[in-house]
Amino acid sequence: MTEPLLDVTGLTAEFVHRGETIPALNGIGFTVAAGEAVGFVGESGCGKSVMARAIMRLAPEGSSVRLGGAVRFQGTDLMALSEARMRDIRGSRIAMVFQDPMTSLNPVMTIGAQMADMIRRHTGFSARQARARVLELLDDVGIRDPQRRIDDHPHQFSGGMRQRVLIAIAVSCEPDLLIADEPTTALDVTVQAQILRLLMRLRERHGMALMLISHDFGVIAGMVERVNVMLGGEIVETGAVEQIFAAPAHAYTRALLDAVPRLDAEGRQA
Amino acid sequence: MSGDAALLRVRDLAVSFPPRGGHPAVRAVQDVSFELAAGQTLGLVGESGSGKTTTGRAILQLQPTTGGSVELLGRDLTAMRRGEVRAMRRHMQFVLQNPHSSLNPRMTVNRILTEPLAVHRPIPRAEFADRVAALLEMVGLDPSVRHRYPHEFSGGQRQRIVIARALAVNPAFVVCDEPVSALDVRTQAQIVELLRSLQDRLGLSYLFIAHDLAIVRRVAHRVAVMYGGRIVELGAAAQVYGSPAHPYTRALLDAVPVPDVASQRRKLRQDVPAPLFPPDRDPRQPCTFGEVHASTGTSHWHQVGCGHHVSCRFWPTE
Amino acid sequence: MSEIGLLPVDAPATAPRPTARRAGYWLIATGGVMLAVMLIVTAFGPFIAPYNPAAISPDSLAGISAQHWLGTDSIGRDVLSRLIIGGRTTLFITAIAVSLALMAGLVLGLLSGYMGGIVDQMVMRALDVVFAFPVFLLAIAVVAALGPTIPNLILTIAIVYTPILARVVRGPVLSVKRWDHVEAARSVGVSEVRLVVSHILPLVISPILVETSLTLANTIFTVTALSFLGLGPPPPDPNWGGMLAEARQFMELAPLTVIAPAAAIVFATLTFIVLANGLRDMLDVGGQR
Repeated sequence: MTEPLLDVTGLTAEFVHRGETIPALNGIGFTVAAGEAVGFVGESGCGKSVMARAIMRLAPEGSSVRLGGAVRFQGTDLMALSEARMRDIRGSRIAMVFQDPMTSLNPVMTIGAQMADMIRRHTGFSARQARARVLELLDDVGIRDPQRRIDDHPHQFSGGMRQRVLIAIAVSCEPDLLIADEPTTALDVTVQAQILRLLMRLRERHGMALMLISHDFGVIAGMVERVNVMLGGEIVETGAVEQIFAAPAHAYTRALLDAVPRLDAEGRQA
Repeated sequence: MSGDAALLRVRDLAVSFPPRGGHPAVRAVQDVSFELAAGQTLGLVGESGSGKTTTGRAILQLQPTTGGSVELLGRDLTAMRRGEVRAMRRHMQFVLQNPHSSLNPRMTVNRILTEPLAVHRPIPRAEFADRVAALLEMVGLDPSVRHRYPHEFSGGQRQRIVIARALAVNPAFVVCDEPVSALDVRTQAQIVELLRSLQDRLGLSYLFIAHDLAIVRRVAHRVAVMYGGRIVELGAAAQVYGSPAHPYTRALLDAVPVPDVASQRRKLRQDVPAPLFPPDRDPRQPCTFGEVHASTGTSHWHQVGCGHHVSCRFWPTE
Repeated sequence: MSEIGLLPVDAPATAPRPTARRAGYWLIATGGVMLAVMLIVTAFGPFIAPYNPAAISPDSLAGISAQHWLGTDSIGRDVLSRLIIGGRTTLFITAIAVSLALMAGLVLGLLSGYMGGIVDQMVMRALDVVFAFPVFLLAIAVVAALGPTIPNLILTIAIVYTPILARVVRGPVLSVKRWDHVEAARSVGVSEVRLVVSHILPLVISPILVETSLTLANTIFTVTALSFLGLGPPPPDPNWGGMLAEARQFMELAPLTVIAPAAAIVFATLTFIVLANGLRDMLDVGGQR
């Protein structure tokens, strides 16, 4: 068997607060093969967002996190890299998309300028080349009339459009792994469907691996091949998506699935 | 729904926000009409900006209306003076979305639950303590928690306190505005069950506002779908979910992610362009149902089944 | 794309930073002790003061001695006794004036913030007129026009500080009134007055406490400065500002007659500044929700 793209073993994270440590991840291990889509499901506080950031060696703002364990990405242990090397990997080899598209963009810069900045940092493109690439990317993620929208500011975009822009930024350097942390939670359901379709299409086109973190089993269902169920900073069940949905082994997974409301459920009679 | 037994009658409700800072006036809600029978739940679904929250607040007279009427227990709330509306609040209550912010952080549970009793005095003061204990039990909390503050509770427990507060004065009608959308899935299911069982026990009527169609399926007897400040489809839950008539309802139902691998994969593979729903067509042209509203003067509502109505507004132009 | 790591994530910390909080406790403890000393001396002044503050003796401009711990002034009155009794006048004026300003500021700020719209506009513009004048100039003008009596002094200072406190109240009210729990209380049927008193006021009290403490410090300074200029309480009752003014000409002969009241003024002002800073740190004013 070839080496996986991402191999996480014994990943731990502790929040350090007032000299006390609060554990957030208790030794997580999983792998993501090249081009594979893996889902992470769990309720709030299960550590799934901390995990997403831990892989990138990022901490939630205003907190300090102590990480442990090994994160091997394409054969290199990210935990052992210098911060400078890590910065090269973030955004170019591993990219991230977050839940809130409102706060992830700089409100006083045009969309085009922000995207061109990111692209030039990782590629050494000229300003003109970068702009051309931005137009291409905006078109790619389904922004209508990119020529006109490229010089707009974030507030002129709807939530769904902003998330498209963030996805465009994330895939701009054709990363090998995209980590999407609740990418559609803040969006309306019709917009969510479009964003999921977009992620699916981009993944297939670029052959990138995807880690999709969500609380919503419905979102996970169509998008991934394998699922990890998280509880209390640990992975309690892992398996192929079909198997998790059809025959969940862990009681917690069963409880979660049972609680999911269904459209086809027996409704009430008026 | 039997018209005679209607507890709540909303007719042509309209809410406009005045122009502000260069932005023109916004018609947030227009022509919203529906009835709600005692003991029933009307699910009000729609996406952000559809006007569903504004509708709920306008019905409760927490938001000035610009037109239409709201009749609760046969009395028109929009024609009342402030004091009368306050007295009517005994019959209509509100459960807000965010249990973390809808409880006063400086008040104990006891004070929170006593407040509505102190305002409306449905029972003598000496019985307040017993009533608070009964309320806490009713929502599945131990009466001994009464001396604690909101921050000592989880989100689900706080929402139980919010529900207890709403039920303190024995209302007939409760507006639940996204009551579970801030909660985890297992907690959601518990709160939904709680709301259902309280309805059965106390004969409550709910206006259940939510963006999550799957949750509404579980609680609603009838469903109204809102888009662009108007209701575009209204019918029994089975009708709206089983045979949606408006293209927007269909798009909405289609977009709901379902926890089923095969069908969800199939859905994500279909490349459907985002449909556009134009606001209004020329009324002199025949509408989707072949009626020329400009000449007939009929309403935009078309009956497609027994008690199942759909608006001919916002239909995509092919 | 490392910027993304700086984004706010999940629940914001609502508790104040621990170090600031600890510093706050220390400041409040220090300020509290200072305030206690001041209150005890003020309350029991007539019993503590060794002499009648108005009693004249031939022993004028004396230095430190066993009889007169802080010496005597130009007409032989005991400086320590005058300091103790004079503090009563200064602090009394300050306390009453600030209480009045606080009450007026609370009423106007709550009214303005809660009602909004035209009421807010009218109240705030009216306060702006007062606010536009430098505090001190306005005080001089009013006292000069109405005459330097204690009630006039109190009224003047209350008027001068009302806009400042009203603004401090209004700001947070504007945002707190939109919070969900206020809407929830309104939907229950709670009356407007009760809404303001039990659902809004308790959540805006922290910045008010801090500002009130600062206003106390400022007021002590203003009262003594006005008295120094002869616009304070009329003689022969002692007060700190008046003492400074009288002693000024004999500064070189008897420096203590100037240093003593000056030190008292600094001590009193500092007390409230320390308290204000402590409250600010402990209550984390400005960083709530």
